[in-house]
Amino acid sequence: MKEALRMRGVTKRFGEVTAADGLSISVEKGTILSLLGSSGCGKTTALRLIAGFETPDEGVIEIGGRTVYGPGICVPPEKRRAGMVFQDYALFPHLSVSGNTAFGLDKGPRRSGRVREMLSLAGLDGLGSRMPHELSGGQQQRLALARAIAPGPGVLLLDEPFSNLDARLRVQIREEVRDILRRSGTAAVFVTHDRDEAFYMGDLVSVMDRGRLKQTDTPYDIYHSPDSRFVAEFMGTADFIPCKLADTLAVTVIGSLPAGGMNPGSKEGLEILVRPDDIVLTPSASGQGVIESGIFQGSSYLYRILLDSGETVHSLASHSRVLGTGTRVLVGFDPHYAPVFFRNGSRVR
Amino acid sequence: MPHPAARLNTGKSPERPVRPTGPGFFLYAVSIATALLIILPLAYLVLRAAGADGAVTELLWRPRTWEILKRSLVLAFSVTFLSTLISLPLAWALERTDLPFKRMWAVLTTVPIVIPSYVGGFVAVSALGPRGLLQQALEPLGVDRLPEIYGLSGAVMTLTLLRFPYMLIPVRASLANLDPSLEESSRSLGKGSLETFLKVILPQLRPAVAGGCLLTAMTALGDFGAVSLLRYETFTWAIYLEYQSVFDRTAAAALSLVLAALALGLLAMEGRTRAGASFYRMGHGKRPPLRPLNLGRWKVPALALFSLLALGSLLMPVFILLMWLVRGMAAGEHFPGLPAAMVNSLCISAAAAVIIMGAAFPIAYLSARSPGRLIYVLERVAYFGFALPGVVVALALVFFGIRFIGLLYQTHALLVAAYVILFLPVALGPLRAVLLQQSPRLEEAAYSLGRSQSYALTRVIIPLARPGILAGAALAFLVTMRELPATLILSPIGFRTLATSVWSASSEAFFARAAADSLVLIALSSVPMAILIIKERSRREV
Repeated sequence: MKEALRMRGVTKRFGEVTAADGLSISVEKGTILSLLGSSGCGKTTALRLIAGFETPDEGVIEIGGRTVYGPGICVPPEKRRAGMVFQDYALFPHLSVSGNTAFGLDKGPRRSGRVREMLSLAGLDGLGSRMPHELSGGQQQRLALARAIAPGPGVLLLDEPFSNLDARLRVQIREEVRDILRRSGTAAVFVTHDRDEAFYMGDLVSVMDRGRLKQTDTPYDIYHSPDSRFVAEFMGTADFIPCKLADTLAVTVIGSLPAGGMNPGSKEGLEILVRPDDIVLTPSASGQGVIESGIFQGSSYLYRILLDSGETVHSLASHSRVLGTGTRVLVGFDPHYAPVFFRNGSRVR
Repeated sequence: MPHPAARLNTGKSPERPVRPTGPGFFLYAVSIATALLIILPLAYLVLRAAGADGAVTELLWRPRTWEILKRSLVLAFSVTFLSTLISLPLAWALERTDLPFKRMWAVLTTVPIVIPSYVGGFVAVSALGPRGLLQQALEPLGVDRLPEIYGLSGAVMTLTLLRFPYMLIPVRASLANLDPSLEESSRSLGKGSLETFLKVILPQLRPAVAGGCLLTAMTALGDFGAVSLLRYETFTWAIYLEYQSVFDRTAAAALSLVLAALALGLLAMEGRTRAGASFYRMGHGKRPPLRPLNLGRWKVPALALFSLLALGSLLMPVFILLMWLVRGMAAGEHFPGLPAAMVNSLCISAAAAVIIMGAAFPIAYLSARSPGRLIYVLERVAYFGFALPGVVVALALVFFGIRFIGLLYQTHALLVAAYVILFLPVALGPLRAVLLQQSPRLEEAAYSLGRSQSYALTRVIIPLARPGILAGAALAFLVTMRELPATLILSPIGFRTLATSVWSASSEAFFARAAADSLVLIALSSVPMAILIIKERSRREV
């Protein structure tokens, strides 16, 4: 038994709205799953269903191989062994750092040792007698984590835990949190609306939309081989260029590529997905497109190019080369680009 | 792997379906029992009146009933009207002008609520009545008759002076929360301050004024202390007379029903104004306060008005009480009953406060955390006591007690039950507020750490709700100690409290004794009041 969490067909309706629509997730021990979606897509509901704060209408939930929700079974939250880190941390304001950490631990000789171990894991050594309001934002975050890990939960649920931190602190804290999670070996589900956070934290990333899971994959695959147009666009700027198959080649207005062993079914309506980093630009009077705009992004420029054929593509280029609006450019594929084919918004394999 | 120190709940115990965060059965049981305690005696009152065949209709159609109804309504209307008349300019002066000593006036115009109405009645009678202080002072000048203090004018004056804060407080709060930009735009459109007040501010204050009116009217309608001492026969006094001297319990029951219907009608209206009142609190964020208006030459009349009011509603009454006390002591009067009455008051009020909190907590907790139709109904019922006059509740309990639980009749338990019914709403307010402020995430955090609901309640929810629990208990203690009519009717024989001794001493014209009891009562009720004010202030400063 390797799975820390398994959900099968979990559905939850609030009146007319279906907040979770047949969710099936599994998280292996010691791994982190990022649940990514825009606000209101049902990702927090998914966490609350696992934790037991909401009751599903259908489906099965197992934590550590034990069914906590299923036909005739509904284990109350306190008996699920699902630790939770809340968006606002929900630290007990009347208890010290140690008191918070010890809250889920039974009295006994081992308790103080476990508290010390947790505080040291979270980098809070020596702060045990402080009150939560005397901690910095990052320390509060780590305390919430230490408190949730202390009882040794079967799965840890993190609900947008970085959303209360400012942008600079966030990058630092998420490193610390990932480090703590890795060292504790706890399986975790991490909910976020931020793609970069999801990529950074998750071994796997699940994209959610209107209560449904669209795709679950490694960060690399979900970015480069999305199953649907929705996921592709959610992952970042994505352009779809029509292409035709000619023997083993895929032919587009910006060049031809080997089509690989793809079985297209029909030859009609094929498109390929290109990302800005798949496109290279060369200024040339004989190019197929004109630069419409360039957005400065710090380390790079993101250009929007209008092709003569009417399509628009984006290209990410180094900041060292600045191309003005109206410059005619030759548009080509990056030599490492492997095409991903779509038809009617879904991937063709 | 769970840590060995962690609670292991993976044991073999069969897992039955449990609602995930549903609160315990016990909390529901207590809430339902409390609601039944409120409903059953009232229901029995209705049954009993209905069971008296045609006698009740006959009683109700007597001209006397109409006289009582007319008097009660005239009193309620006059007190409400005068309170509004006083409160509107006062609130405006306190919130919008450069009136000197604003903080002091704010306190002085709030404190009169602490004075029980029977103390006010006693002060009025002993100062302005025949052979009272004023007449004694004027006697050398040949004045041997003063305008009659007994009756409508005395009752209206006493109740208005002591209870106008019920209007002033909500109006001030509403004024303080008004969006200042509305006034600023009116002024920038060329309207003067009077026109702005009438055309812009006043319409916005309507919900607060309506709420204040209903509160004041309910208070006047339910008042027993002042009307009984000033011999103005409204419902409460008539019911007491029927019950006490004539022993005509059916008539008392019938009149109680009419009064209860009036009061609950007002309560329903009050709920409606509150529901519509949210629009004046819509502004959020901190805006710079308006620059206070310069009173200029109106400063002197404004100060005179405030001084007069403070004198009449607070300083004179206290002065008169002290004067009677000093006179009595100079005349060698003893106060033999005082220590016992004090102990009785403290003990029964403390016991009542604890039990009221015990009954209020489950309802407040359930309504804050798992609102549903059942809880909504229970909460509405819990607020009945807010409107029901003490006389009605006491009578209902007498009838119910005699018929069903004879053992409890004339015991402390029945008296405490009356206090619970009457003052549950007082405790519910602060308790519910503090529970609503608490993030539900804290409770969920406790569950996600493997803790049960009772653990979460005792270690997280109740410790964090302590300020609200203390405030509710202090208020419950305060109002219980002042309560008169239910205490008079339900006290076991020989059980005298400060409230009942003030009333009986002043109705028998033992002015010095009444003054001593009153002063002790006011002093004792100031303690929880002071704690509340200090707490509130420190909370604001944090």
